Amino acid sequence: MEAFWIILVGSLIAVSCAILGSYLILRKMAMVGDAISHAVLPGIVIAYLLSGSRETLPMLLGAAFLGVLTTILIELFYKKARLQIDASIGITFTWLFAIGIILISLFAGQVDLDQDCVLYGEIAYVPLDLWVTESGYNMGPRTVWIASGLLLLIVLFIWKGYKGLFITTFNEEFAKALGIGVAFWHYALMGAVSLTTVVSFESVGAILVVALLIVPPATAYLITTNLKKMLVLASIFGILSAFGGYYLAAAINGSIAGAMATVAGILFGIVWVAILMQKRRPSKTAINYLD
Amino acid sequence: MISIETHNLTVSYNKRPVLWNIDFELPTGSIVGIIGPNGSGKTTLLKAIMGLVPTSSGYVKIFDKDLADVRQRISYVPQRESVDWDFPASVMDIVLMGRYKKANLMKRISKADLEIAAEALEKVNMLEFSNRQISQLSGGQQQRVFIARSLAQGADLYIMDEPFVGVDAATEEAILNLLSDMKKEGKTVVVVHHDLQTAKDYFDWIVLLNTRMVAAGPKDEIFKEELLQEAYGGKLNVLSKVGDLMKEKAFNVREK
Repeated sequence: MEAFWIILVGSLIAVSCAILGSYLILRKMAMVGDAISHAVLPGIVIAYLLSGSRETLPMLLGAAFLGVLTTILIELFYKKARLQIDASIGITFTWLFAIGIILISLFAGQVDLDQDCVLYGEIAYVPLDLWVTESGYNMGPRTVWIASGLLLLIVLFIWKGYKGLFITTFNEEFAKALGIGVAFWHYALMGAVSLTTVVSFESVGAILVVALLIVPPATAYLITTNLKKMLVLASIFGILSAFGGYYLAAAINGSIAGAMATVAGILFGIVWVAILMQKRRPSKTAINYLD
Repeated sequence: MISIETHNLTVSYNKRPVLWNIDFELPTGSIVGIIGPNGSGKTTLLKAIMGLVPTSSGYVKIFDKDLADVRQRISYVPQRESVDWDFPASVMDIVLMGRYKKANLMKRISKADLEIAAEALEKVNMLEFSNRQISQLSGGQQQRVFIARSLAQGADLYIMDEPFVGVDAATEEAILNLLSDMKKEGKTVVVVHHDLQTAKDYFDWIVLLNTRMVAAGPKDEIFKEELLQEAYGGKLNVLSKVGDLMKEKAFNVREK
């Protein structure tokens, strides 16, 4: 049963990350996803301190706020300070992440947060944190419910916002010319990435969530030329990483989160090599160019 | 009737003006070329008209109204190179974007939208490519997809940024035919164009630009040596083209 819960949580988070990560890659914002995943840390700590508990809602709000603040700061440094975009990202997220680390070490006694857990996650503890109702009914691990809720929210967002995200991702200026609120879609996506990061924190940690955001969508990008298929394939690669990661970790008795990210990387490598092998044969695209 | 009117339009980047005091009125039902050397602010002018860059002063009126009130009647064709053609999408996906509006953004694509998009593809001779991956298109085909997307909007005013750059002869001809069809339907097309030699054949009205506006008017009034030299002056490679035009003029005089 433990294995089931761990793989389920891993898969739920991997799918949420895969969907959002696909858009990040297509918007050429993969590193912004990286930045957000780190920069939400102070938001979480401050929310812990203010609410004095590990309630989910304040945590989510704190993180979402910091996530959006991160993107605003990055744009501010890029546009107003006229810094390169990668330098703006580098400054913003290391600074915010460092504040988070300081806060954790300062208030370590008061906060039920552990640096190792934040950095590397501890998905193995998921089955221990059960949601038991007041009448004493066991609803299963708390994280499963939170991760399911998050996935539902993201699927709804992508379903209703498919056209909006599609047009603003492909051709922002054209969208603007049509009078579509480009900033709204940008911040909605960034808010969703922030939420996903927080929920992923406890299970895979701040560093490895980046792997789930970027690697499965990148793998899907290699083999498809259709956005909808890319979303589905990225999700499948995410789930495979969760499965493979669990059993790899069990086999070598190592970190589950680390193993999940490793499997994601191995999948990418396999797909890439397979494509290289196929390119040696006369490819479909070469024929298409002729007609 | 006036399609676009700009008054004292000035646009700056980092406090340096890239467009200075642009003042013109364009007639409806004509094909207008915006001509000028590299870096003369042609693209910026289009973006200022479409409200995509902030203006420092002046205003733009379209069909005598503010942009927000007539947005549905205007179609913008950005430069082909401004997007990533490796994006996972089909030709049809892109053309359907022409049917997106703020009001229907959360709704599904309708059957009518699909029909209009197919019609637009037919007009640029690209219907058979509708399921083709956009990464597999040639430069000319990409341009035709962009124009089909614009046609799908069913606008009255079309604003195109360098549609003739890097396209094959077939595409060039297809675009020119479309432009003359649109003119017949009473539509207005404003085109940014950098090639002085073809400009005279393509357009009936010209705006000559070099950060500030050199001249605007019917093409015969604009293709004058001193105006062209004023816009292109000091640029050697372009000067030779001006020389060609002068020769052409001299020849015409003799012919008379």
